[in-house]
Amino acid sequence: MAYLELRDLHRAFGSVVALKGIDVALEQGEFLSLLGPSGCGKTTALRLVAGFDRPDAGSILVDDKDVTRMSPNKRDMGMVFQAYSLFPNMTAAQNVEFGLKIRRHKRQARHSRVPELLELVGLGDAGNRYPHQLSGGMQQRVALARALAIEPRVLLLDEPLSALDAKVRVQLREEIRRIQLELGITTLYVTHDQEEALSISDHVAVMYGGRIEQMGTPVEMYNTPATPFVAEFIGTMNRLEATVVDGGDGEVDHKGTRLRVEAARGLPRGERVLVLIRPESLELEPAESGPGPEGGLVGEVLTHTFLGSTTRVKVIGAGVDLIADVPTSRIASVPVGMSVIARVPAEGVRLLSLAEQPASAEPVPAGP
Amino acid sequence: MRRKRIAPAAVIWLLVGAAYFFIPLIATLLFSLRKTSTGHCCSLAAYGYIVHDPQFWSTLRLSFQLALETIAISLVLFVPTVYWVHLRLPRLRPVLAFLALIPFVVPPIVLVVGLLDFYKGSPQWYYGSPYGFLATAYVILAFPYMFFSLDAGFRAIDVHTLTEASQSLGASWWTTMFRVILPNIRVAALGGAFLTLAIVMGEFTMASLAAFHTFPTFIQYVNETKAYPAAAVSLMSFGITWLAMLALLMVGRGRPGRVQIAGGH
Repeated sequence: MAYLELRDLHRAFGSVVALKGIDVALEQGEFLSLLGPSGCGKTTALRLVAGFDRPDAGSILVDDKDVTRMSPNKRDMGMVFQAYSLFPNMTAAQNVEFGLKIRRHKRQARHSRVPELLELVGLGDAGNRYPHQLSGGMQQRVALARALAIEPRVLLLDEPLSALDAKVRVQLREEIRRIQLELGITTLYVTHDQEEALSISDHVAVMYGGRIEQMGTPVEMYNTPATPFVAEFIGTMNRLEATVVDGGDGEVDHKGTRLRVEAARGLPRGERVLVLIRPESLELEPAESGPGPEGGLVGEVLTHTFLGSTTRVKVIGAGVDLIADVPTSRIASVPVGMSVIARVPAEGVRLLSLAEQPASAEPVPAGP
Repeated sequence: MRRKRIAPAAVIWLLVGAAYFFIPLIATLLFSLRKTSTGHCCSLAAYGYIVHDPQFWSTLRLSFQLALETIAISLVLFVPTVYWVHLRLPRLRPVLAFLALIPFVVPPIVLVVGLLDFYKGSPQWYYGSPYGFLATAYVILAFPYMFFSLDAGFRAIDVHTLTEASQSLGASWWTTMFRVILPNIRVAALGGAFLTLAIVMGEFTMASLAAFHTFPTFIQYVNETKAYPAAAVSLMSFGITWLAMLALLMVGRGRPGRVQIAGGH
């Protein structure tokens, strides 16, 4: 039996359906990120778990106990909010102490626990400061310590890093993970930042339109996306609509260009498929070298975007709109304006049948 | 570090403002210091007359008690209401703001006549007592001042997040209100209380028409009968109101708790 279970949760706000039946099962000590674009229902789901809102249907179970109708102050769930939520009239230490006071912990116990927690989040010397004397990152650390002080059954984090600058965000997310592992606390984390979700979670659930599109480990989500939406939302993905021309040989046709794709083997001729290729899987060569035995897509290099060790190259041609990552050391071989062939590897390419795609196979937000 | 210089124009405006404020006070003070017999300066006889009048103390005490009662009722009534409107019923805010404007546009004389008529059949302990009827009328009169002060206070804090943070830590509604919300709107509540105190200490129309003898009606009585004591009592009422406000400020002053603004890192 899972420690935290969300069973078929539904929630609508008037005519807007925020959740269309989501199911989650999380073991004790696991870290799950709910990932998705704005309006996908991830924060609604978190608020239902916290008790700030009630589902129209479905149930929430913690340690096999139904808490769906329980008020938030009885749920024992620590929460860190997106907005800075420290009580402005209290010092950092008093903020951390608040939950312990509510639970009528003895003064001595409180006074030994608070410095421990502030130390845990790296703010051992900031106990006497008021929230307005702390930076945003420090405030969120105190908020984390405050949420952990009550030893919650589940820790809920609602985009806690979104108001912070990039450097602090990376630093703090690593600390959140370290603390979560150290305390072994079951954690539900909401974010729209796929890099954040992939880097700190045991499991990631990608949400879209009030549903969970796919749930799995970060590696699974990246390597084997189940839907075009997940494929595009997690990382960057090239999408080529194609038709199977030879299922025995694994050949597909994309706007007159034949490509060999291992995943197409065994598919019936004429089936419409979506070929998904990561930018790092594409290989660019000058067009003079001619198409190889497995073919390639011909286009012209439109732009270079320097990303450090790799450079992102945009290739445009007749029926071709691709993004390829080329090692920066080799970028001189494919300058802007050059005609290139983008070779699609036969293996390591994901194929989705367009016949069985859910609604989200429609246009989706572009990847980064 | 270089000292910041004040612009000459600012100094002139400051002096004009100070003159506008202080000249009438100084004139009243000088007038109140004249001798009753000769009309020349200087004597404290007018002040002596006032402080030895038992009505001065009884009406002052009544008005002050009424002010405290009005403040207490207003806070008990409006703090939870404005809190709830901000938290759960934000669409009702414009309605409340509109209602709060009514005491501004309806003259007190109309208001008190209406209220007297409305409460005519109520029990004597309420209708015939300043602590009943008059306090009710003053709560209505103070409504706009209290509402707009509290509204500004609630808008300056993130009511939703603070409430939810408090609840997620195990606090009940009661605890959330008293330990999280109230301390953070203290300045706004104090502002409303100051204005209410000032209004009640100076309100004449309602008290007079409802036939209650409060401090402003005492001032009016002295004004009609004794010239120099009238100036003295006016100055004294001014000083007393300021002192009362200072006392409220001292009582309400606590530890710093500045409202935080999201952003930065």
